[in-house]
Amino acid sequence: MEPAVVVVIGTDRPGIVAGISSKLAERNVNIVDISQTVLRGLFSMIMIVDVSKSTVSLGKLREELQQRGKELGVEVLVYHGEVFQFIERI
Amino acid sequence: MKYDAEEIVEVVKMLNEQDLDIRSVTLSVNTLFAVSDEEEKVLRKLEKINELVSKFVDAVNKVEEKYGIRIVTKRVSVSPAQYFLEVISKEGFGVELAKKLDEIAERNSIDYISGYSAHAERGLSKGAKVLLDSLSSALNSTKRLTGAINAASTMDGVNVEAVKLFVDQIFSMRADASARTSILANSPKDSPFVPSAHHGEGLPDALVNVAISGPGVIESAIRATSPKSFVELYEVIKKASFKITRLGELIGRSVAKQMGVSFGAVDLSVAPSPKVGDSVASIIETMGIERLGGHGSVAALALMMDAVKKGGSMATSSVGGLSSAFIPVSEDSVMAERAIEGSIDFFTLLALSSVCNSGIDMVGVSKRQGKDKVIGLILDVLAMGIMLDKILGVRVIPLDANPGEYVDLGGLLGRVVVMKLKDIDVSKFTRLAGHMPNGIKRLEMG
Repeated sequence: MEPAVVVVIGTDRPGIVAGISSKLAERNVNIVDISQTVLRGLFSMIMIVDVSKSTVSLGKLREELQQRGKELGVEVLVYHGEVFQFIERI
Repeated sequence: MKYDAEEIVEVVKMLNEQDLDIRSVTLSVNTLFAVSDEEEKVLRKLEKINELVSKFVDAVNKVEEKYGIRIVTKRVSVSPAQYFLEVISKEGFGVELAKKLDEIAERNSIDYISGYSAHAERGLSKGAKVLLDSLSSALNSTKRLTGAINAASTMDGVNVEAVKLFVDQIFSMRADASARTSILANSPKDSPFVPSAHHGEGLPDALVNVAISGPGVIESAIRATSPKSFVELYEVIKKASFKITRLGELIGRSVAKQMGVSFGAVDLSVAPSPKVGDSVASIIETMGIERLGGHGSVAALALMMDAVKKGGSMATSSVGGLSSAFIPVSEDSVMAERAIEGSIDFFTLLALSSVCNSGIDMVGVSKRQGKDKVIGLILDVLAMGIMLDKILGVRVIPLDANPGEYVDLGGLLGRVVVMKLKDIDVSKFTRLAGHMPNGIKRLEMG
């Protein structure tokens, strides 16, 4: 598994989870874990995904997800899992 | 590894709200293979580094794309130009060499290429003299080249003659050129930071060094925890420093691996940028000093820097470069503000330099105050460097302006404030001839 973290933040509306996850499926990226909250109308979602079988590079996936985010009116951030592993673990 | 939502949020905040990024990834490359007694041959041979530089740019872009981490600048450091000028000792050739390096940088979108430099701590060799004499022409005819003179070392003392020649040169430079030039004591050979970066002796042919920029992370960590004791404050900074240094280690290792060269070092320096929330002065003020320059500022900076080093040293197996807090006045918006309002003066900066390693950095001086006072200022810093056995430097921007006025150089360089030099005649001292001997620290080495 090659983990990446997808963070989605924005105003809550229908179709955000579907919009992001359908793009991931299209690129053969598996969702390993997902957590979402809506606080005072602000939607936030953290997804752990496995990009080891992705049909595109992480850079391209980030670009596509950010484009999808723009259409949905949310901000999308994508980082490689090693960033968290390096910063948060000894 | 299991990812905790809180940890993810913390990292995302660091990267997005607190401006944690990689200030620079610097490729340090040996260029001495191009030394020759024929000008044309040197310039032709230097072309060989183009391939490595282009591979480097490609590797940095790939790593940036993979991790989603901002890498603000890409830099290259080369062997000191002095060695080329030992063989072909002509100022005109120095300028040609400078232009060639600048052109290679521009062609590859490298932000800075560093190494128009010389070692002159004990005296001036032919090459060092030519380099010094051509410094203003070389820097004025380039945009991305940086240069430095190591004019002092704990081993050798201070070469006052080199300081005088250096000041003559910076007085003839455009502001953007003197901003790319510094004079140092104990210049390190593996720094990712310009203008001091150069490929020093004893290194492999290529190395990757990394610099991080994370004052915002440290400031936010202090704000979020409101420590009640010095030890608590110390712990908060240490932990934040560990985290930001880890990011440098990850990026440095990855770029080196991608290129198939050795990973050099992470420079632990806390480097500010003119952006709001990316300020070293602001950290000190968050620690409880109302405005930087107030009594206690040196103690606060000392505590911060020591905690940064202790946290950082755990996070990387190889530290290098300057590894300290940077206090460049123009590159730190709060620092520039404090200079304009008079909270800090040159002596404040000197006092702060005793506990960090940047020295007097990115400060404007008025050409109308004359050269002797600038020479005196540089001697103060270099003497402090050799007596405390520290890396210290001076980067001042001589301007046709009065103290209190400023010019905006834009980008990472920011607003250069002209600070007033003390109106006391020091010329009888600075005009003494020769070399200032090494200090007693030298004897501690044997």
